[in-house]
Parts: sequence; structure tokens; C-alpha cells
Amino acid sequence: MKVLVTVKRVIDPYVKVRVKSDGSGVETANVKMAMNPFCEIAIEQAVRMKEAGVVTEIVAVSIGAPQCQETLRTAMAMGADRGILVETGTTDMQPLAVAKLVKAIIDKEQPRLVIMGKQAIDDDANQTGQMVSALLGWPQSAFTSAITVNGDTADVTREIDGGLEKLTIKLPAVITTDLRLNEPRYVTLPNIMKAKKKPLETLKPETLGVDVTPRLKTLKVEEPPKRSAGVKVADVKELVAKLRNEARVI
Amino acid sequence: MSILVIAEHDGKQLKPGTTNTVTAAAKIGGDITVLVAGQQCAGAAQAAAKIAGVKKVLLADAPQYAGGVAENIAALVLTIAGQYTHILAPATGFGKNFMPRVAATLDVQQISEISAVVSADTFVRPIYAGNALATVQSADKVKVITVRATGFDAAAEVGNEGGSAAVENLAAAPDTGLAKFNGQELSKSDRPELTAARIIVSGGRGMGSGENFKILEALADKLGAAVGASRAAVDSGFVPNDYQVGQTGKIVAPDLYIAVGISGAIQHLAGMKDSKVIIAINKDPEAPIFAVADYWLEEDLFKAVPELTQELG
Ligand SMILES: Cc1cc2nc3c(=O)[nH]c(=O)nc-3n(C[C@H](O)[C@H](O)[C@H](O)COP(=O)(O)OP(=O)(O)OC[C@H]3O[C@@H](n4cnc5c(N)ncnc54)[C@H](O)[C@@H]3O)c2cc1C
Ligand SMILES: Nc1ncnc2c1ncn2[C@@H]1O[C@H](COP(=O)(O)O)[C@@H](O)[C@H]1O
Repeated sequence: MKVLVTVKRVIDPYVKVRVKSDGSGVETANVKMAMNPFCEIAIEQAVRMKEAGVVTEIVAVSIGAPQCQETLRTAMAMGADRGILVETGTTDMQPLAVAKLVKAIIDKEQPRLVIMGKQAIDDDANQTGQMVSALLGWPQSAFTSAITVNGDTADVTREIDGGLEKLTIKLPAVITTDLRLNEPRYVTLPNIMKAKKKPLETLKPETLGVDVTPRLKTLKVEEPPKRSAGVKVADVKELVAKLRNEARVI
Repeated sequence: MSILVIAEHDGKQLKPGTTNTVTAAAKIGGDITVLVAGQQCAGAAQAAAKIAGVKKVLLADAPQYAGGVAENIAALVLTIAGQYTHILAPATGFGKNFMPRVAATLDVQQISEISAVVSADTFVRPIYAGNALATVQSADKVKVITVRATGFDAAAEVGNEGGSAAVENLAAAPDTGLAKFNGQELSKSDRPELTAARIIVSGGRGMGSGENFKILEALADKLGAAVGASRAAVDSGFVPNDYQVGQTGKIVAPDLYIAVGISGAIQHLAGMKDSKVIIAINKDPEAPIFAVADYWLEEDLFKAVPELTQELG
């Protein structure tokens, strides 16, 4: 079974982001970038399924600037067999356009399973996987924490607000990953070297016939209001007194 | 303008985020219709009819809507989507699951988790774990929007018996047959739901074990509070996944949030920093959680928490 995995290049989750002073966006120049953590989980899942003999080939896809090549190389160092970069001129790639590009690649590649992150930690949109699935008319399992493939179907466990949910979905299908699906491996130096020799194809949105014009216009980006500095209390007694007499919340 | 709000419910009652979503709809302005889809959910439809500002309730009662399977809910919404200028749902696990399917099928760019309405086509949404707020304007014909409950007050209930809005039946769309619902494992608790609680007591890795969460539960019971957790506490297996507060868990904004043994990573702060009053208990004076806390106590939690429970007695 062939699996397609999407990987997004984002600002490293542990970097403190700074809003640009002109309100046009967030500072990305000279900022440490990384693979979106949910996409790491997606690649890890595919690699584990390949190691278990369920998957035969893993194709990693990234959409964005030429630097997304690095993200694809990381995916290949983790175990993806090859990479496809859709190089876009615009930096403002919105989920609907990404979903259409991913669908176009799926039409070409014909995977049985598509694994995506549940959320990109930059736009926090949480929609691309569900969109890809809808565009294809395929079933989806969003926020997945376990998956077992049984021939033409997959049994999945999803994280929902009240606990867990179980579904059986027909294949082909789109899965989006939640945090508890697995713990991604670290890439090793020999694997980084090996990844350099794996094939990486570059495409353009025009060749895929997809219009990527943004539908949402960002009018401004600003910092959220700051909380005023709090006070340190000496002990529990003082804390309770403050809560009762000052904050009046209990 | 005509707005469709898709309700989240348990068959009998509406889930907390739904009424906040109606408030967001009211801010956009126009006639508000609420869709209640499920199996044996007439009770929830009656509850929806009582929300102030709701003009009409559509009830789609069919077995394929049990469990809120995304493919089927989206297919149903799409049968009536053409009648509305805006389609809204709460940005909960339920809404996030099916709404992008609606948007993609309509060829619309969804606007996720809005926290404010500027005008009928312009909205504010947090990005980068709430470290930035983006004001975005949509050029799409239909606006497909998920709503962050903490950004909007809950819409009031109008008192009159039976509700004021008319409840109409909506024909079910055929079962897509794409996914089979095999049930849910819901964590049982007598405590309030996290997203509806007035007070939340949250524990982190510092709790050390699931067993130790008992001291937090004792505190929560005294306060009538819900219990939450950091990702580290969930990943370590101390508590179930649905306790997680944060960028990728639940977004909460209670009157009082008590963070115990939580360092205050940006991903955690993203889920709770809009709480009215924040208390942090941590033994590390450098813990970043102290930067957002109104009151902070630098102490061992195993001493402070039982003492706090005692003191409140
Ligand atoms: C993609 C992604 C998504 C994430 N999403 C979330 C999310 O939604 N929610 C979330 O919470 N995290 C999330 N995280 C994880 C986040 O980055 C942190 O790792 C996590 O919040 C840390 O949890 P913690 O504060 O409990 O643990 P730690 O950072 O280990 O902190 C434990 C704290 O307990 C204190 N402590 C220990 N013992 C005691 C004691 N006896 N008495 C008092 N204090 C004590 C320590 O001083 C320390 O400050 C996410 C991370 C990533 C990469
Ligand atoms: N530009 C992109 N390149 C590759 N994958 C993407 C891109 N944007 C989104 N995705 C995938 O879609 C998931 C959800 O993203 P989002 O809907 O933006 O929160 C991510 O975790 C990725 O797997």
C-alpha cells in the first residue's frame, strides 16, 4: 500500500514569535524553522506501518517556498522514500489552496492512505486534511490516536472532546494525526546522508492546474492584549485572602 | 443576511459552545437558523428554540447522524447551504471535524476559530498559539466559520415554555456509508465540563502520577471546579486526553484557573490565558506560568494543594 504524507514547514514550536511592527504579519526572517510537529507524527506513523509490512512506499509532500526542501529531506531521513515539493510564489498559502494541490498530487499518485497533521501550529487552521478528504469524496479520520488497517478498511480511534471515538472507515481515506498517535523518532546522521540521495521532484501550482489565489485577506496582525503583572503571595493563607477579598472569585 | 448555526448537543441538551456561537451569529446580524442533527434529538431542538435571537430550528433526526460522523453531517448541511450567507459551528472537536468538508465542497476558505466579529465579512482569529491576532476579510460568497466559545458570551435563554422559535423537520440526506460509527468511550465525571466550568483546577507533570491527581480532585470538589491538565500530564497517562488544555487541546476562559505543577509552555498558555483570574502553584521561581498569573505561590504542590483545600473548608 502506498501512503502519501504532507509535511509543512513552520516556525519552530519553541520559538517565541514576534509580530511585525507594521502589523503585516509575524517575523519569519532569521527565525528557526522546523517540521510542523503533527506532520512529524504523520511521517512516523507511515514509517511504522512500512516497518510493519503494511505500507510499501511513502511519498512526502510539502507546499511553499524552496526551503521546504529541507523539510522534505527531514521527512526522508525519518523514512519517507521520496519527496514532492510544490513551489509556490506566494507565501500566503491558505488551506483550501493547499488542499486542492494535495488532491491534484493524490490524483497522480493514487495512494491508498493519506496521513496529514491535524493542525499547522502557525495558522492553527485545523482544516486542510478534512478538506482534502471532502474534495476526494473519501472518508476521514481527524484527530487520530490509533489506526489499524484491515484490508479494505481501517479501524481508527479519534480524540474527541469527551474522550475517544472509534470508527471503521473505508480505504482510500485521509487520516489526520493527534499527539497521542506516536512519538516521532529522531533523525540520525547516517539517515540524513541517505536522505540526500532520495528523489525529490519539484512542481508548480500551474502545472497541477490549481488556482492558489488567497480567499482571505489579512488586514492586520497584532499582539494580543498583555496580562498585567501578578503578585507573589507568601503562603496559602494569603492566597485565599486575596481570592476572597481582592479577586472575589470564590 | 441569513445565518445557519449547527448545534452541538447530546440529544437532550445543547453543548456549551453552541449558545456562544449563536452570539457570534447575532453579532454578524441577520436571521438565525439553528440546525440540530442527530438521532432522537428532539429535546435538543426544543432547547435550541429557546435561545434568544433564534428564528427557526431545523431538526434532522436519523440514525446516520448519531455520533456526529463528519461525512454525514457535512452532507446534510450541504443540502441547505445555498440558503445562507454564513454557516457557523462551534470550534470544538465536533465543529472542527465536519466544517472544513462543508467549506471545501462549497469552494470556500473556512475561517477557523474566530474570537471576534468586526463586520459581516471581517473577523479576528488567533494564530501562532494565540501569540498573534489576525484580522481577516473573506471574499467568499458564503462564509464558513468556526467560533471560539471563549470569545463570545453565551446567548441567553428566553423563558417561555416550548420556546419561541419554530421547529421544522429537515429531510435527512442519505447515509454516505463512508464511515461506520463504532461508539465512544467517554470519560465519566460528576464534575462540570471543562469548557463550561466557572473554576478549573489543572495539573501538570509536577503532579508526578495519576494517583496524585486525587489531591487536585479534592480541591476541585471543594470549589465545584472542573479538572484539567497539561499535555505532559496527559502524555504521561496521569489523566485522559480530554483533560488537555492548550493550543491543541481545549480552549478555556473560566473565572478562576488554578495551574498546579505546570510550567507554562506557550502551547499551554494558548488554552487558558484569557481566564479572568489565574493562580499558579509551582516550586520553580523561574516558571513562565508566573508571568501570566495574577497570584502565584512558589511552593511544593504536595504541601500547598492540601493546605488550600483545608483552608477553603
Ligand atoms: C505541537 C505541540 C502542541 C502542544 N500542545 C499542548 C497543549 O495543547 N497543551 C499543553 O499543555 N501543552 C502542549 N504542548 C506541550 C508543551 O510544549 C509543554 O511541553 C507542556 O505544556 C508541559 O507540561 P507541564 O507544564 O505539565 O510540564 P513541565 O514543563 O515539565 O513542567 C512541570 C512543572 O511542574 C513543576 N513542579 C514539579 N514538581 C513540583 C512540585 N512538587 N511542586 C510544585 N511544582 C512542581 C516544575 O517546576 C515545572 O514547572 C504542545 C507541544 C507541541 C510541540
Ligand atoms: N503548505 C503545506 N505544505 C504541506 N502540508 C501542509 C501545508 N499546509 C497544511 N498542510 C498539512 O495540513 C495539516 C493541517 O494544516 P492546517 O489546516 O493549516 O492547520 C498540516 O499538519 C499539514 O500536514
